[in-house]
Amino acid sequence: MSAGLATTVPLASPHAHAGSSVSWVMAKVMLALTPATLYGFWLYGWPAVHLWWITIAAALLGEAFCLRLMRRPLRPALFDGSAALTGWLLALSLPPWAPAWLGVLGGLFATIVAKQLFGGLGQNLFNPAMVARVALLVSFPVAMTQWIAPVPLGSAGAPDFAEGLRITLAGAPSLDAIASASLLGHAKTELSRGVDLLQANLPALSFVGERAGSLGETSALLLLLGGIALILMRIITWHIPAAMLVGLALPALIAHALDPARHLSAATHLLSGAAMLGAFFIATDYVTSPNTRLGQLIFGLGCGLLTWLIRSYGGYPEGVAFAVLLMNAATPAIDRLIRPRIYGRDLKGRPLEIPEA
Amino acid sequence: MGLMEKIFALLEPAHWGVHPDDKKRPAADAPVRRLPLPERLYVPLQQHIGAAARPIVLTGQKVKKGELIAEAQGATSAAIHAPTSGKVVAVGDVTAPHPSGLPVAAITIEADGEEAWIDAAPAQDPFSLSPEEIAKQVAAAGIVGLGGATFPSALKLGLAKKAKIHTLIINGGECEPYLSCDDRLMRDASPEIVAGIRLMLIATGAQRALVGIEDNKPEAIAAMREAVRPRREIEVKPVPARYPMGSEKHLFSTLMGQEVPADGRTTDLGALVHNVGTAHAVYQALGKGRPLVERLVTVNGGAVAFPGNLLVPIGALVEDVLAFAGLKETPARLVMGGPMMGSLLPHARVPIIKGSSGILALTAQEAGIAPAGPCIRCSSCVRACPIGLLPLEMAARIAAGALSAAVDYGLKDCIACGCCAYVCPSRIPLVQYFNHAKGELAAQARAQLRNEAAKRLAAARAERLEREAKEKAEAAARRKAERMAQKAAEAAAAAAKQAEEVA
Ligand code: SF4
Ligand code: SF4
Repeated sequence: MSAGLATTVPLASPHAHAGSSVSWVMAKVMLALTPATLYGFWLYGWPAVHLWWITIAAALLGEAFCLRLMRRPLRPALFDGSAALTGWLLALSLPPWAPAWLGVLGGLFATIVAKQLFGGLGQNLFNPAMVARVALLVSFPVAMTQWIAPVPLGSAGAPDFAEGLRITLAGAPSLDAIASASLLGHAKTELSRGVDLLQANLPALSFVGERAGSLGETSALLLLLGGIALILMRIITWHIPAAMLVGLALPALIAHALDPARHLSAATHLLSGAAMLGAFFIATDYVTSPNTRLGQLIFGLGCGLLTWLIRSYGGYPEGVAFAVLLMNAATPAIDRLIRPRIYGRDLKGRPLEIPEA
Repeated sequence: MGLMEKIFALLEPAHWGVHPDDKKRPAADAPVRRLPLPERLYVPLQQHIGAAARPIVLTGQKVKKGELIAEAQGATSAAIHAPTSGKVVAVGDVTAPHPSGLPVAAITIEADGEEAWIDAAPAQDPFSLSPEEIAKQVAAAGIVGLGGATFPSALKLGLAKKAKIHTLIINGGECEPYLSCDDRLMRDASPEIVAGIRLMLIATGAQRALVGIEDNKPEAIAAMREAVRPRREIEVKPVPARYPMGSEKHLFSTLMGQEVPADGRTTDLGALVHNVGTAHAVYQALGKGRPLVERLVTVNGGAVAFPGNLLVPIGALVEDVLAFAGLKETPARLVMGGPMMGSLLPHARVPIIKGSSGILALTAQEAGIAPAGPCIRCSSCVRACPIGLLPLEMAARIAAGALSAAVDYGLKDCIACGCCAYVCPSRIPLVQYFNHAKGELAAQARAQLRNEAAKRLAAARAERLEREAKEKAEAAARRKAERMAQKAAEAAAAAAKQAEEVA
């Protein structure tokens, strides 16, 4: 008998594995994003579809470019799904009819600058999709705020496949005619014009999102469901999303109760902008969020609170991206300060007292 | 409890550990088979924690089954007995049952096939023995912790007696996947285990015993309950199946609701933990006069044709065991012990020792062999760690060569349970990092001890030289002074004489 002489290299235990892998994790996140994305496709039609795949392709291209430059194997990194997910999340935060170059620039920037320059997967301090979004917003404020009202697939005036591709690649001919403001943007404009929110004619708030906004903004309900699925699949825990939503809703609730003319309601805050997308899919990014449950709660609260502050007092109508980036910067400090208690020790790491017999 | 502690307790409920697929059945349900006696048995002298045993037999000598062939050497050591009758054919090196595959000293016995026992003369009534006498006989029978720790049992009993413990905890957790030798023993030999527990209660002076059994072993729980029914001082306590429940600290905490302080032991809190197999061995020795020469070994894994539990003499080769159980395919990994903490075997020509709870022949898929990727900071390892460590941070520090930073993160508290690596989606060999670092630190500590000793010697030498030089200088000065004095005296005398002559 040749009794299994397969291994000669001493390897440490364990000799078993739960079976998870990085690409599996990324695939599940994408799965959870799918319903909201498909719904967004239906709402905004072919231009949104084209922007989506172009952004993802650009993110993958950026990743491949860097790997080639560093002479690292392409396959493992490209197929782990992390670059595609970054592109996907970025696409969801862009105006659905944005021109292709915006998605290309953003996708390349996300993987090349925000991820690979930091050392690749696991090394980046900031969420790559949000870094790219903020970079685009700062550089191209007009293109980044050209929202359109939904034109569901199949409805009159919805562009077909080819027309959609033309809009994405060459820009919409009459974008001004169909342009519309997002709810948060509209509120901000009205407030700055001196019109208070009680008089302003705000677009109707809707859970199913038939209003202007990014792909990821308009289907808050589906994103919420996707996020809950992620929690149930144990890809993320409830700590960051719950804390972020509370951090956003609580100040909104108080401010709205005190001064409804100047502050949007908590429900509006939760269902607008990238709140849901941010809470479940962006702030929960493993690499850029804390490792402990308490740290994650603090991080989530910070994201929510900062989002509300920026939306209410900042120069931009939307604040999720900025808030997440700011809390990303705080993550190393949170992880240094907050560590789990070690068995048999107190929080400071001193051994528990041995009781006198 | 401070506020922070309270917040933590709320946030971090007892969610330690992992829930691996236990893969215990069908092996656990198959009746025990006896391994046919191999022609030769290779009995290592070091099967326990502590000093190796000293052989007391010579090549060519005939031995009976159960005869003492190597005696304990020093305080922490264990005696070793012949696992079968036959002839000693060698006292020399064989491969160690350890990933290193380095040679270890062993006594090789050629079986005569008679299985002739020594004249076993058990104590008339072992339950009337004094605690000291029980410990002495446990030591004489070569009994060590059979859960895998292999610490000499008699020593543990004696320490517990001194520490005046009140509770004896019997570990029937068997939380490692695949293994079922303790399960089988509890199902088949519960009265003997209970008898062993009673003897250990006497030996330690504890008032009660708690038998912790994971709730994935209902048959064992039922059998043990039945066996302890007449004994009010022994209680069977089902515990949730969760890895590493069989870790001494975690079983203790689960049963007693207390944590073992980081620099203490369970005996500091009044409890001693022993394995069910050890309790069984204690009764075998004291009740039947049979020293520890064989044990139940689980043979399991995807590559095994007929998995189950085998009664194996100590010193049988893994090869013999696998040949009997049959292999369906060439295993990707051979493991001694469980998959979570067992050691990889370099090949199958290594002997079964007292601490061998299982032999696993795993397929590549079972062993989870996959290339490691970068850490994605998913914190799965943090949630899984039963000690509350940050495996990702420790591994990052070790990879960067910053060992002392890893120690700051609690490296020395790591029990190498493998939960972290088990869940890591990037398949990072975290335990490998930790073992490596612990080995480095131990080497550094030894080197430092050596350095300090050398420094002390050098200092002593320098001091001696200085002292000698000083003494020499003083002596020289003294002699000079004496000479001067003499000269002065002579001069004075001469002057006086001159003066006399002049006068
Ligand atoms: S489980 Fe693995 S990938 Fe996840 S944080 Fe721990 S070491 Fe990193
Ligand atoms: S091996 Fe160490 S670090 Fe990993 S889970 Fe176990 S105790 Fe924690």
